[in-house]
Amino acid sequence: MAEIAGKLREVFVEALDLDADVDVENLKYREIEAWDSVGHMALVAAIEDEFDVQFDTDQVIDMSSFKVAADMIKELQSNGV
Amino acid sequence: MSDALAARPGTDLTGKVALVTGGTRGIGLATVRALTEAGATVVLTGRDETGAKDAAASVGGTVSGQALDVTDAKAVSTLVRGVAKEHGRLDIVVANAGVMEDALLGMIREELVDRMLTTNVAGTIHTVQAAARAMMRKKTGAIVVLASIVGEHGSAGQVAYAASKAAVGNVARSASKELGRYGIRVNGVAPGVIETSMTAHLSEEILAGRVEDTSLRRLGTAEEVAKVIRFLVSDEASFVTGQILGVDGGLVL
Repeated sequence: MAEIAGKLREVFVEALDLDADVDVENLKYREIEAWDSVGHMALVAAIEDEFDVQFDTDQVIDMSSFKVAADMIKELQSNGV
Repeated sequence: MSDALAARPGTDLTGKVALVTGGTRGIGLATVRALTEAGATVVLTGRDETGAKDAAASVGGTVSGQALDVTDAKAVSTLVRGVAKEHGRLDIVVANAGVMEDALLGMIREELVDRMLTTNVAGTIHTVQAAARAMMRKKTGAIVVLASIVGEHGSAGQVAYAASKAAVGNVARSASKELGRYGIRVNGVAPGVIETSMTAHLSEEILAGRVEDTSLRRLGTAEEVAKVIRFLVSDEASFVTGQILGVDGGLVL
């Protein structure tokens, strides 16, 4: 899980163009301007590319925080999706 | 390759990867040919795999064909992701797949409304959504949807179809507003009466009437629509987004 979190942090920073001082691990959807609904699409695309997973639409909509995203990735990877 | 589709230098698409849904016939297949002529690598889709592969083989070159039901959001997402992964990029998506069924207002069955909205509207949304996700990271891309002149002006006997195509036009207009900041352009074409299998069922009398209502006094060809689509996805249209371009010979409904 630590490996996922580390890599996911990098994806968040790059996809949302975050400043270095942002507390990424505790970030929630719409908590900052960059993570709005359009930024969310870019973030999802970046996560899918980086982790080679595919989210369905319900998962995309339910991805409400960094922690939820990390859990979803872990679940998808364990299911081989 | 037909001279009718010869590419102009400004529409060079060499090195670009394109996806055309509903690319097995009519405007879709003509678009595949037009993009190929301009140098793009094209993946076309059709409802059945054999038809898609046959259509791709008929064009030749770097064109490949895959089966896709655009009403299946997950299948659309998987295919778009697969194309982007296989080719390392996805620059152009033409959301062309659609159906047309005519019925006067009092004769519209619930199922017909469902088919029009599910294939034409939901299918286009699924395709644009998946395309946007594939294009966002590179912050560039061009998407074209297939609207219709009847979606812009209405048409007797086509209430459900016209409503669905009006919605398709607004998919492009709205998506362009969301995706512009990612360098992704979204436009549409609104063909008039075009000689394809989708208009082959119309009576000679109706077609003659449509020709009479068209400034250029003739039906359009699939190639004429395809060339406009090629323009819209090319760098020639680099500052064009959110537009629905009529390709109708001046048809007045």
